[in-house]
Amino acid sequence: MTVFSPAQPGQDKSLRPVPWRRLGWVSWRQYRVSVVGGAVFLCVVAAYLLVMGLRIRTGYASVASCPQLGSRLSPTCTTALMLFGGYHVWGESTAAVMMAVPMLIGAFAGAPILGRELEVGTFRFAWTQGAGRTRWALARIALPAVTVTVAAAALSQLFGWFYYPFFATGDSALAPQYFELTGIAFAAWTLAAFAIGTLAGVLIRRVVPAIATAMAAWAGLLLVTSVYVRRHYQAALSIHNGGHGGLGLSPWLISQWWTGPNGKVITSENKIIALLNHPQRGYTQWTTYQPGTRYWHFQLIEGGWLLALSLLLIAATIWLVRRRAA
Amino acid sequence: MNVIETSGLGKRYHQTWALRECSLAIPAGHVVALVGPNGAGKTTLLNLTVGLATPSAGAVTVLGGMPAGSPGALDGIAFVAQDSPVYKNLSVSDMLHLTRNLNRHFDQRFARARLGELSIPLRRKAGKLSGGQQAQLALTLALARRPQLLVLDEPLANLDPLARHDFMATVMATVAEHGMSVVLSSHVLAELERVADYLILVSDGKVQVAGEVDQLLSTHRTLTGPAADAGRHPELTVVHERRAEAQAHLLVRTREPGEPVPPGWEAHPVGLEELVLAYLRQPGAAALPGPARTKDAEPTEVTR
Amino acid sequence: MTAMATPAQPARKASLRPVPWRGMAWVSWRQHRAPLAGLVAVLGVAGVYLYITGLDLRHEVAAYGEMFAANGSGKMEMTPTAALFQILPALIGAFVGAPVLARELETGTFRYTWTQGFGRQRWAAAKLAQIAIAVTVVAAAFGFLFSWCYEPIIGVRQGLSPLMAITFDLRGVAFAAWSLVAFAIGVLAGVLIRRVVPAMFATLATWSGLAVITGGYLRPHYEAPLVTSGFRPLSAAWVIGQRWTLHGKPVSLSAVDQVLHKLGVIEAAPGVFGAAPGGPGQSGGGFGQTASQASPASHNVNPVPYLVHHGFAQLTTYQPASRFWPFQWIEGGWLLALSLLLIGVTIWLVRRHAA
Repeated sequence: MTVFSPAQPGQDKSLRPVPWRRLGWVSWRQYRVSVVGGAVFLCVVAAYLLVMGLRIRTGYASVASCPQLGSRLSPTCTTALMLFGGYHVWGESTAAVMMAVPMLIGAFAGAPILGRELEVGTFRFAWTQGAGRTRWALARIALPAVTVTVAAAALSQLFGWFYYPFFATGDSALAPQYFELTGIAFAAWTLAAFAIGTLAGVLIRRVVPAIATAMAAWAGLLLVTSVYVRRHYQAALSIHNGGHGGLGLSPWLISQWWTGPNGKVITSENKIIALLNHPQRGYTQWTTYQPGTRYWHFQLIEGGWLLALSLLLIAATIWLVRRRAA
Repeated sequence: MNVIETSGLGKRYHQTWALRECSLAIPAGHVVALVGPNGAGKTTLLNLTVGLATPSAGAVTVLGGMPAGSPGALDGIAFVAQDSPVYKNLSVSDMLHLTRNLNRHFDQRFARARLGELSIPLRRKAGKLSGGQQAQLALTLALARRPQLLVLDEPLANLDPLARHDFMATVMATVAEHGMSVVLSSHVLAELERVADYLILVSDGKVQVAGEVDQLLSTHRTLTGPAADAGRHPELTVVHERRAEAQAHLLVRTREPGEPVPPGWEAHPVGLEELVLAYLRQPGAAALPGPARTKDAEPTEVTR
Repeated sequence: MTAMATPAQPARKASLRPVPWRGMAWVSWRQHRAPLAGLVAVLGVAGVYLYITGLDLRHEVAAYGEMFAANGSGKMEMTPTAALFQILPALIGAFVGAPVLARELETGTFRYTWTQGFGRQRWAAAKLAQIAIAVTVVAAAFGFLFSWCYEPIIGVRQGLSPLMAITFDLRGVAFAAWSLVAFAIGVLAGVLIRRVVPAMFATLATWSGLAVITGGYLRPHYEAPLVTSGFRPLSAAWVIGQRWTLHGKPVSLSAVDQVLHKLGVIEAAPGVFGAAPGGPGQSGGGFGQTASQASPASHNVNPVPYLVHHGFAQLTTYQPASRFWPFQWIEGGWLLALSLLLIGVTIWLVRRHAA
């Protein structure tokens, strides 16, 4: 029989902690199928954006070469513009579907990390290993978080390239449906979804309900932010009787209203439609908007607080892991 | 009626045969102990019997000739798998309701009464019960189906000694009152020794021993004698030989009950555990009803 | 010790009536009530939103007439909402369909369930049928609610043909059919993959692929598209492609342009595409105008008759809006057939499954 002697307590005088790269290997080995699956999914999305984006670019090229609007156009330009309009609808739909990507990535990547261990009971093995549960949890969360954020950032750059022709022809990059898809916001929202997912996993301790909860919570946060919070990052500008040029490039219109000669706000919708078609003296149209130049400013604000929120949630998750009694 | 009958039964997973050439005929009315080391093929044999797996070779019929897994077989056999699976997010009373809906016969009153005796709360989720309570719940559900054959895969693994005692007591009482047949598997023989009256030993995918315990014990004995003498009796069917210094202990199988003891040798009766261990150490040996298939034994152990 | 009634004798083999189906109804509901309740909740919330929007829309149309319906935008914009609802069938497949079989196989409870008297095939058939019917009914209700909600503007507003992917998938029978096929894909993924979360992901991916391929490549060809060389705007038709021909042979846009350049003839087109580069976005809110068809107003020579006179023709391939319901039935039909096939394969796999 093989003889086996336990390590003497005195032998390992310097109890160095288990190195990080070993924990990294553990995470990778356990999740390599999911990682590959997620990578394939992202590649398919990227391929779609690439293929459609090239088509849109050719359409845009023929539109851009048309002479300035307001002057005279050839029938070919008319056709090109109509086709471009069709692409625009397609682009809008793509944008709407892309909104779901951070939610899916975050929930499916984040929730099972801790949720599955807790559901199946293997945490009783993992948390009694030499590495200790804090280090283990940190390694388990940090690596996928970084991977997911980087992948999302790359994808959003691709989307920015894809949607550029429409941004150049009038869509505002600050508008609620596009803001989260470009710049750094997409990566930030993905990270937030991931953080919400891991927290849901450790709170709910069952994977499928955690995924559902994470998706619902993220969707709620997104809705509240894009509809109510974002317009207040900086005080909106207002302008009266602004012609279409006075608002600058691709502004985000927040609200518009009319006032009559006495300064009172016009509430009758019929009157407003009439004014649109036949402007009258004494009636002023007021517009509040955010100018397009504030785009990066807003991106940094939103990216910043989302990053802070994500770190907070992850810290809470790890704290719960430490506190949790098996 | 043979409660389980197999002929040449085999099951292969990818390239490995988990079970081969298994031919059994287990009569009704017995408590059958299915023993063997871990990975021997016990679970595979039980899965084939209850219809969870289909044979790669041979055939298996149950309850007097019904194909395993057929509706009649499902009706008459109650199975509790390893780890007593139950739906963890359903309450105990939900599990009762579930089992009643999925079967023709279900004795609801018996089930509730038994759970009450065991102090298993009806409202609690099955996943929150202790391991022993889950096992008792699974057994209760199985018994309440009033089966002709009860099949249990390693049922005692999760139970503390008192719970084991209660478990086996319930099973034996049911057998005594109603003639239910039971097949129990375990890798620890000592637990089953008291209750089993039929033994099947499976090792490395093959059935080595199958027969009634009384008959097995009466046809095996240990002969103790001088080591030098050991090779001089070719008429003996030696299952396993053990030498210690100058003495040899032979476990032999007798052909008739009154077989004479060779001169200079002493005969002792054999316990069940000793018998099983001997066969396990001798993979080529077998004690099956039908033509004897034992090979010559060779010394396998020298103790200092 | 509690006494137990005598086990039934072998004589009961004689009348082996199968266990009645209605017992399974309680089983299916009890085991899957969380996802089913979630489905009803989500579609319910969305339904309330649709109902309110539908009432608002009708109010606006009644107040401002057809012009609004044709050109209005702002919060009556349908496209983003509709694009988001496209995901719903996929989520149904993932959350309702995938766990049904995958969870049994993953947790090992199939060793209990498939050894009960009910038998595994009948169990699978009963459970899948019951949940499939529930899903289809709820989805159908949602589909009809969506149709009702946006009825004033679909087909009336420029660019919103009833046959467009966004409006087609969510109305009529298509939404119910897509939900059913998502469920079928989910259960098949569950029994093949045998683990819940990967099965969910596979369901989402497969369904999305199927939906994109159908919308992009299959649906335009359910019936041979019509081709017209007229220049009049085709209201509510679903334009698939446009090209120019010269004497019946295809010719590129730039060639046509060159011919016109030589003449020095260019056409005025007021109001095309609604917004100049640098102007306010027309889809972000406000009271902007959406695209309206160009109305030829010639300055010198009207180029259109000139081109026609010289053998040019602009051919538009399209599907007329009148084909909406035939297409719905075609799509609903093959999706139903596919769903039944997938569920059949699933039950066959359950039968074949070895522990």
